[in-house]
Amino acid sequence: MINIEIDGIKIQTENGATVIEAAHLAGIAIPHFCYHKKLSIAANCRMCLVQVEKAPKPLPACATPVAEGMKVFTHSEQAVKAQKGVMEFLLVNHPLDCPICDQGGECMLQDMSVGYGGGNSRYHEEKRVVLGKDLGPLVSAEEMSRCINCTRCVRFLQEVAGQMELGQAFRGEHAEVMSFVSGTINSELSGNVIDLCPVGALTSKPFRYKARSWELSRRRSVSAHDSLGSGLAVHTKNNRVLRVLPIENEAINECWLSDKDRFAYEGLNSSERLTKPMIKKDGQWQEVPWQVALEFAANGMRHLANGAGAEQIGALATANSTLEELYLLQKMMRGIGSDNVDFRLRQSDFSTDGKQQGAPWLGMSIADVGQADRLLIVGSFLRKDHPVLAARIRRAVRKGAQANIIHSADDDLLMPLANKAIVAPDAIVETLAQIAKAVAAKQTDGIAGSLSSGQRVVVLLGNFAQQHPQAAQIQALAQQIAAATNGKFGFLGEAANSVGGYLAQATPSAKGLNAASMLAAPRKAYLLLNVEAELDCANPQQAIAAMQAADLVIALSAYKHHATEYADVLLPIAPYLETSGTFVSCEGRVQSFKGAVKPQGEARPAWKVLRVLGNLLKVEGFEFDSSEAVRDEAIGGMDIAAKLNNASPATAQSAIPTPQSSGLQRVSDVPIYATDAVVRRSAPLQATADAALPQVWLHSDELKKLGVQAGETVNVSQGQGSVKLLAAADDKLPKGVVRVATGHAATAALGAMFGTISVERA
Amino acid sequence: MSAQIILATAADGLAKLDNYVKAGGYQALRKVLTEKMSADAIIAEVKASGLRGRGGAGFPTGLKWSFMPKNYDGVKYLVCNSDEGEPGTCKDRDILRYNPHVLIEGMAIAAYTMSVKAGYNYIHGEIFEAYEVMEAACEEARKAGYLGKNILGFDFEFDLHNHMGYGAYVCGEETALLESIEGKKGQPRFKPPFPASFGLYGKPTTINNTETFASIPYIICEGGQKFAELGVPNSGGIKLFSISGHVNNPGNFELPMGTPFKKLLELAGGVRNGHKLKAVIPGGSSMPVLPAEIMMDVNLDYDSLQKAGSYLGSGAVIVMDETTCMVKALERLSYFYFEESCGQCTPCREGTGWLYRIIHRIEHGEGKPEDLDLLLSLCDNIAGRTVCALGDAAAWPVQGMLKHFRKEFEYHIEHKRCLV
Amino acid sequence: MLSQQIITLIDKELKKYPADQRQSAVMAALRFVQDEKGWIAPDDMSDIAEYLGMPQMAVFEVATFYHMYNLKPMGQYTLTVCTNLSCQLCGSGDTLEHLHKRLGIGLGEVTANGKYGIREGECMGACVDAPMFSINNKQLCGRLTNEKIDQILAELDKQ
Ligand SMILES: Cc1cc2nc3c(=O)[nH]c(=O)nc-3n(C[C@H](O)[C@H](O)[C@H](O)COP(=O)(O)O)c2cc1C
Ligand code: SF4
Ligand code: FES
Repeated sequence: MINIEIDGIKIQTENGATVIEAAHLAGIAIPHFCYHKKLSIAANCRMCLVQVEKAPKPLPACATPVAEGMKVFTHSEQAVKAQKGVMEFLLVNHPLDCPICDQGGECMLQDMSVGYGGGNSRYHEEKRVVLGKDLGPLVSAEEMSRCINCTRCVRFLQEVAGQMELGQAFRGEHAEVMSFVSGTINSELSGNVIDLCPVGALTSKPFRYKARSWELSRRRSVSAHDSLGSGLAVHTKNNRVLRVLPIENEAINECWLSDKDRFAYEGLNSSERLTKPMIKKDGQWQEVPWQVALEFAANGMRHLANGAGAEQIGALATANSTLEELYLLQKMMRGIGSDNVDFRLRQSDFSTDGKQQGAPWLGMSIADVGQADRLLIVGSFLRKDHPVLAARIRRAVRKGAQANIIHSADDDLLMPLANKAIVAPDAIVETLAQIAKAVAAKQTDGIAGSLSSGQRVVVLLGNFAQQHPQAAQIQALAQQIAAATNGKFGFLGEAANSVGGYLAQATPSAKGLNAASMLAAPRKAYLLLNVEAELDCANPQQAIAAMQAADLVIALSAYKHHATEYADVLLPIAPYLETSGTFVSCEGRVQSFKGAVKPQGEARPAWKVLRVLGNLLKVEGFEFDSSEAVRDEAIGGMDIAAKLNNASPATAQSAIPTPQSSGLQRVSDVPIYATDAVVRRSAPLQATADAALPQVWLHSDELKKLGVQAGETVNVSQGQGSVKLLAAADDKLPKGVVRVATGHAATAALGAMFGTISVERA
Repeated sequence: MSAQIILATAADGLAKLDNYVKAGGYQALRKVLTEKMSADAIIAEVKASGLRGRGGAGFPTGLKWSFMPKNYDGVKYLVCNSDEGEPGTCKDRDILRYNPHVLIEGMAIAAYTMSVKAGYNYIHGEIFEAYEVMEAACEEARKAGYLGKNILGFDFEFDLHNHMGYGAYVCGEETALLESIEGKKGQPRFKPPFPASFGLYGKPTTINNTETFASIPYIICEGGQKFAELGVPNSGGIKLFSISGHVNNPGNFELPMGTPFKKLLELAGGVRNGHKLKAVIPGGSSMPVLPAEIMMDVNLDYDSLQKAGSYLGSGAVIVMDETTCMVKALERLSYFYFEESCGQCTPCREGTGWLYRIIHRIEHGEGKPEDLDLLLSLCDNIAGRTVCALGDAAAWPVQGMLKHFRKEFEYHIEHKRCLV
Repeated sequence: MLSQQIITLIDKELKKYPADQRQSAVMAALRFVQDEKGWIAPDDMSDIAEYLGMPQMAVFEVATFYHMYNLKPMGQYTLTVCTNLSCQLCGSGDTLEHLHKRLGIGLGEVTANGKYGIREGECMGACVDAPMFSINNKQLCGRLTNEKIDQILAELDKQ
């Protein structure tokens, strides 16, 4: 510790800290623009100049390290003169268009010019004009004349997002922040540059001109997409969500948001919103009063339960549903005598069901992941599935951690990897078994060597691993490796409530059917909560067939989607941000939230819809007067730690089944903007490069074997279905695999996410 | 060695290794290696020589060398700054093209002293011919065992590579230069950390000017004391002066420190066409201008010039005769700093353009009386507020001009035309 | 696509730097492209980025930062005239004037036949030879007079 003095206040601070850090800890504000605690120090704006005793000139507080006995003056004549001088320079080329600037009211430059600017400008020369840029559908760079060249955005994309998509080109007064040849920025974290930009140069394109910052009401919420549990500040006006910003929490999302979390809200305003209950009568959809629709649904279910039997009814929900919704769903189902309820729609191996000792979870805190010095990530499209967590891992790697990956695709994670094993899906188990063996044999190279040399080892299973047909084996081996390296083990978790679904008991017990079985052995009736059958299930073909064959399909949905073709009743429910509820994040953090805006039209929160259905079906214990009451019954107080448990139910089989490759194997990802119903309808997200039409990716040797050129249209078929897509080459894919995305309308006619698939010239 | 210590001409033929060796070249390196001189002894000799960095800042070279971490296992680098681009300065070019081996030898000795195995020589992009001579000289030296492994048969390894700049004055600033070698744009780094702890590729690095390194062989052969005595107290040795502008015989001259300016002017054939001397920028364009009356009595050394209100800088002397319009001269200089600002620091990026635009207006008859005080106020707000000294370099010429030639600027503003 | 000749030159340059610092050769690589084609197009920058394993934007930053790179065609012979102080004092204004008269183009322009382009340069570090220009950044011609300029142009005309 070091003793310094700032403005006469004695401060103890860590050796190696900078003056600005010490000042901030002591609650002393020093004006700054380029400095940002999460970014490297540029010291270019010079706004933070302070006087330091014995220094001949003012020094930048952001870059000056503290030294024992240092005396700093942030408000002395010298300091203030320097700060005012810089402020004057910052304003000379800055357009003074605050009245029409989107940043107005929340602009660092505007705020500080009030404190440090002179009255009249002494600048009467011509102002610089910088042409606007088109960076894509999310970030507006129309007004680059406002840029003050602090390079925060450039540094963010390079250091946090991992890719230099922006740079400061040209030099001197001609310096311009721009992308290469005016390309778009495609990072899944790009929206953060909007928050980072201290002026109105980079703004939110969807939010542009929608409102002035002071007209907005602010509500707290929680991300409904990936499993991180990022905090959302939801800004609304006239009962409409106009933008979403991060709520800073060092332990969760730090100060970042993924673009998905930031721009998904635009899906709320989709024209496909279902705003009135509807029933299909004689093949025609009719809008009906709630009472009619609910009674229709309840009668249908009662009729079936009394006739064919309650086990002929299945309930499917997505893992983006709230804890309360999932809890009431299963309670109702069980109340009418059916145990067929599941939220794990993309899972295909359920062999550990009934043997688990608790809810599978991250197995550690999110912060622990960032502290790891060795990581093994198995089966994950990490960057796209968990963008903010990927940034945390990227930083760990920058600081020296070694990341290793086992997967069936080799997408660039934008961080150096210590080792990687890119193998076909049916070779993942074998690969893990070999690594387990190598760890036991104290091998010093490769993945085993990397893990064995670590102090804080972390082994994580991604979405792909959890969706894999041999998920249980993968888990057992990964746990074995973690144990042998004194490491921690966990699941990354697919969605906002992947842990919460277990706590809500929205999984079948021994006598019920899981998501896959419910579709493989079609039921006579289905209750769908937030589900788009052909997009959200492991086997779309099977799912859609089951829906079409069913006598009764009740869809609780925020959108008029494909269900209009197979459902009998559509109940409009409120999507996230319009309902209260709870998500339990991957690290087991229970986060409840209120609705930020009222549901659109006649849509109702799903927990209320389920409550009424429960009442109509005369199920006991459905007298809840708030979502909090549902939550309390579901998890009984907030301490759920005891309910989280990854203990391996299966021991790794000694004889690993040998790969049975016959023909080409499918590798499927769920594209980042295809994960759930809301993001699928966010127009700006759908306009990004990440939302491009899926292609069929193969190693170019495989393409050659098929006699197909990259760019040609091919027929891809699985089971009874086939689709036409463009073929593309990816030589980083293992041979023998075909990568085709799922979760997308263009591939919904195909079958299971894993298994054989065929490709031929169209 | 030729009569001169560093400076040579094409006629001397020293660019050929044979000739250089015949003239006594590489004796200093041989001496250091044969006598197994200790690093401390060499540094003591350099300190005794009074050699101060010839790049412009005049930092004592021996002291700088002593900053390099000693018992350090990792890679260290030695870098030569041949990015001479300060208007008026063109001395290093002559070292590179006429006497490249004296630089190589000096660097090899420095490398030996600081236990460095790899060095780079960063050459101004505009002097391609000098780059080619250096490339050839290094190749020759490598073949003959003056560079590479086991130099002169001793257990000493050092290799030197040339890196060419491509049109950025700011890369003469040592940390911008390092960035440039790393393949980035040349934006100076904030210091600390200093290059001696975090330099090229993040490794400890020593950077010196071409002439600084080129002075080393003499110091080692003849002793630091003898070098120091060539000059005056606090300004040891000889120095190269580039004299350009309004003289009859512009050129580079190697002279003892403390030589009267009058003498240099004489050597350069006097003011051109019999004109009268008006003003002189004595140390490269960044240094404040001095009027003739002061200049004619000044000696060319660090202290004398500082006392006179300017600096020795890089030793580049720009001579202006009575026909020179000071507003126009300053307009051009201000344009230079405006064009060359790297753009990262607000005061330099925004301030240099502002300065230039005001001076441009004055030169074009659109000046206002309040402009002159505004210029001075802006200079105040730029100098000392930036990452590198380019900010100061942009301010000093303006301050110097307004100090000595304010009347001429006022005349311009009032009459919308030149006094001359 | 980078030509084989350029690749060979870059490879030679790469030997100067540590193996994990390929980016250090970017300035030379851009120079080689300019030497071959007269200017550097975005596609060339992409090719260089790929060859050196660095972000395209980083190449773009370098190409736009250093002023001797031509970001548009600048003629078969680019004459870069130093107009800085020492040269100005010695008549670089006249040099420009004469070039303008002879070639019919101003700063930043190229003759209709694509033979010559004129750029303004900053201090070339050769001030004692003022006034001067360089030809294609390779050859410095100093102590220029109108006669000398005419001679040089006559030589170049022949090539
Ligand atoms: C804008 C600027 C330009 C500079 N240009 C040069 C230069 O062209 N050559 C040089 O040797 N030093 C130049 N310097 C000084 C270097 O930063 C550094 O001090 C010098 O190379 C150290 O070498 P020395 O100690 O041998 O002088 C420049 C400094 C600044 C701020
Ligand atoms: S002072 Fe100017 S040249 Fe130096 S770092 Fe700052 S902006 Fe760049
Ligand atoms: S905040 Fe310190 S220089 Fe910008």
